[in-house]
Amino acid sequence: MTSVDTLSSGPLFGLPLPDLWFALLFFIFGTFLFLDGFDFGVGVLFATREDDAEREQFLAAIGPFWDGNEVWLVVFGGAMFAAFPAVYANLFSRNYLLMFAILGALILRGLAPEMYEQRHDERWQRWWGRSFVAGSLATPFFLGMFTANWLLGSTSLVTPAGVLVGLTVVALTVVDGVAFLRLKTRGDLRDDLRTDGYRALVAYLMLVVATLAALYGLTPGLRASMRSSAVVGLVAATLVLAAAYAVATHRDRYYAAFVAAAGLVFALVAVVATLLYPSVDPAAGLTVEAAIVPTLSLNLMSIGAALLLPLVFAYFVVLYSAFSGPIEAGETY
Amino acid sequence: MVDPVIASRLQFALTTIVHIIFPVVSMGLAPFLLYFTWKDIRTGNPVYEQLRRFWTRIFAVSFVVGTVTGIVLEFEFGTNFAAFATTAGPLFGGPLAVEGMMAFMLEATFLGVFVYGRERVGDVLYMISAVAVGLGTWLSAVWILIANSWMQNPRGFEMVTRNGQQVVHLTDPIAAYLNPRFFWMFVHMQNAAVESVALAVSGLAAYFVFRHHVWDNPVDHPEFWETTLKIGLVALLISAPLQVLHGDMYARHVYETQPQKFAAMEAVWETDSYVPEYLFAVPTSVSDILDPRAKEIFGIGIPGGASWLASGGDPQATIRGLEEFEGPQPPVAIVFWSFRIMVALGFWFVLLAFWGGYRWFRGELLEDDLLHKALMASSPLGVVAVEVGWVVTEVGRQPWIIQGVMKTSSGVSPGLTGAEATATLAGFAALYLGLLALYGYVVARLIRAGPPTGADLVTTESAESTTGVGADD
Ligand code: HDD
Ligand code: HEM
Ligand code: HEM
Repeated sequence: MTSVDTLSSGPLFGLPLPDLWFALLFFIFGTFLFLDGFDFGVGVLFATREDDAEREQFLAAIGPFWDGNEVWLVVFGGAMFAAFPAVYANLFSRNYLLMFAILGALILRGLAPEMYEQRHDERWQRWWGRSFVAGSLATPFFLGMFTANWLLGSTSLVTPAGVLVGLTVVALTVVDGVAFLRLKTRGDLRDDLRTDGYRALVAYLMLVVATLAALYGLTPGLRASMRSSAVVGLVAATLVLAAAYAVATHRDRYYAAFVAAAGLVFALVAVVATLLYPSVDPAAGLTVEAAIVPTLSLNLMSIGAALLLPLVFAYFVVLYSAFSGPIEAGETY
Repeated sequence: MVDPVIASRLQFALTTIVHIIFPVVSMGLAPFLLYFTWKDIRTGNPVYEQLRRFWTRIFAVSFVVGTVTGIVLEFEFGTNFAAFATTAGPLFGGPLAVEGMMAFMLEATFLGVFVYGRERVGDVLYMISAVAVGLGTWLSAVWILIANSWMQNPRGFEMVTRNGQQVVHLTDPIAAYLNPRFFWMFVHMQNAAVESVALAVSGLAAYFVFRHHVWDNPVDHPEFWETTLKIGLVALLISAPLQVLHGDMYARHVYETQPQKFAAMEAVWETDSYVPEYLFAVPTSVSDILDPRAKEIFGIGIPGGASWLASGGDPQATIRGLEEFEGPQPPVAIVFWSFRIMVALGFWFVLLAFWGGYRWFRGELLEDDLLHKALMASSPLGVVAVEVGWVVTEVGRQPWIIQGVMKTSSGVSPGLTGAEATATLAGFAALYLGLLALYGYVVARLIRAGPPTGADLVTTESAESTTGVGADD
């Protein structure tokens, strides 16, 4: 059992594994928010379309992807459970009803497109269309509330900051959704979506400003870290990325706009992570060092993640390249 | 207001009992789909394309419901069993994280290609995606069962106090994760999934064969359903006897590691030897049902059978009775009757398989209406056996959440209130009832729509768009 002894004696290669897992956790969360984010955005935009053919295109656009995207949330939960079990337990049980609100919204969002396509009568599709919109709106909103509660160590479920962050995340998913849909559609629809993109972007920026102002005003404890160069840099990056998104959308540089949307999502998540660190769960008083699992478990998990995550990225490359480009005429959900 | 411990247990029971239906369908269908896809690509015989497309639609719907119900379970470890999650996390969280990265990712990404991509990718990538989806479903079982087998038979750890709490500290990963319990669970579970799907498939096919040949109410594509029936029967002939065989060996392992559970499975109160195994226990009073005691129940059984199970072949062996164990007992009635139902169904499926095989051998498969009816009636029973089997496993483990290490009552989230837990329990009861009804409705529609027809098969490109998943006719 010498290998077990080595694995128990200290972090692999002397790496700062606890901090790396903290970063990885937020990276996974960001990946989820970017990828499933565009699915949510498509769901929100679904409400703005009356035309059957357009709605079908929206559903067809996310059809092959959404399930894989959602697994990033499962992996986020799994990674938190494996690396910071006490945080997983505290955070999830403290936000008990909110977690089930997220789950309920995800169930609605997941079922709705599948059901929508099962029958082609008007009433059925109207109701499942509404469910799809409701699930796609509610999931990012509740996720935003969850993130705010996490960061602020809030013990009450609904807080003003939570509502603001929730709305911010919803706006961000619409920005993301427009960028994705413009990759997947053609013609008039693609042109129309440009306006939706501008509107969502403006709403997002206003909400970001409002949220930052509220956090600064309401939580004196965060002021110092909000003035840190990392946070200021990330906010500046957000402005640059927003400008890039607007220009790319204007010039029909679809991929560039999509990449800019990704950047916006990761910038937001990075802000949260930066403000949180070195704590991982302020309400429970847990720091990264205190909450991380013991060395042997940590090393095994790290080996597992190092082997598996590159494979996961390879699967996504296969999937996204098999379905690259605009949806073909006749492709449905 | 229900007590938070009771409400959490009921909620976990309800949500897993619903979840497991869908993994059983997808894990069980996976080998069938692989076979159909392979034959479709290799032979180009339209019946295999029909089979592949028909069952892929049902697979896709089941997968979606499996996904949405699965996430609930993962979250519940944190929301409802926070103390358990904190204590067991350093050992128990790893398998769940790896399951997500290794299994769910594989399945969910390649499913996109498998369901939507026949026209977009070549044969080779298409076949690879079928393999990846199947492998993904089976790997999900590997990791979740590694986690569960550790709860049944905890090994490879020590208890350490950390941040003021007792925490499981992994010391020997091989002992913890390559648990002998895992081996039996995996074999028994996966074979159960295949057997359940074989039963469902042959029951469904028997209905159409019966309508066509016996009832004289012709159906479209009788040959499609005849092929389906034969494929289902072959799978049943292989899986049913195996299930009983390794069920026996599994029981011995349970006796060695969880003797109290085994005693509850057999309702043996006093330690005894030469204990019979009742295949049919006939309760003669209400107390026989609610408080079964093997000695007092009238039953038709194998003499020495339970001793034989516990010892791995010695009908004279002694079984330790429930009275030997101090403290609370598992609810014996639930465990005992669930085990009876599983075992009785296990033998019934073997009988059914041999009956069908015999008729087929004699060339009478299409005419035997009694066989058709038996197959139809048995089509949901595989899933029933899976459910009661899990009830034996999980209820029989009570009062422990980690056998011998942590009590279920101390595993529940400390801050959880009765009001919160009752609210979500009630919510799930309503939501999942609706979910099951919806799933049944949609699958029934897909079945009624039948396999894709001749014209579709020629021009697949346009056919996918009009009769793809969820077409209306
Ligand atoms: C088609 C389904 C099916 C059938 C016909 C059987 N089983 Fe089973 N059984 C399961 C499906 C199942 C299951 C639901 O899949 C379980 C629950 C946990 C597990 O690993 O498998 C299970 C668990 C399970 C356990 C373990 C309980 C525990 O872990 O505490 C034992 C001892 C048996 N079975 C024994 C048998 C015997 C002796 C059978 C036949 C005569 C039999 N099973 C038929
Ligand atoms: C999918 C098949 C499964 C079914 C049908 C099932 C069923 C149940 C039932 C009926 C209970 C309630 C027992 C009681 O409180 O009296 C329960 C509890 C529980 N099960 Fe399972 N279970 C399944 C799989 C699993 C797996 C794979 C795990 C872990 C990896 C697991 C972990 C738990 C936990 C943590 C509890 C709550 C604590 C307890 O009551 O002991 N279950 N399950
Ligand atoms: C009680 C513990 C369980 C938990 C926490 C759990 C967790 C999950 C989660 C999070 C998903 C969604 C994955 C996705 O997004 O694709 C899922 C799906 C799945 N689960 Fe479970 N699960 C449990 C029990 C089981 C058991 C006992 C099995 C089988 C042995 C199983 C097999 C599967 C499979 C095959 C899927 C893929 C979806 C499908 O094919 O229907 N699960 N599970």
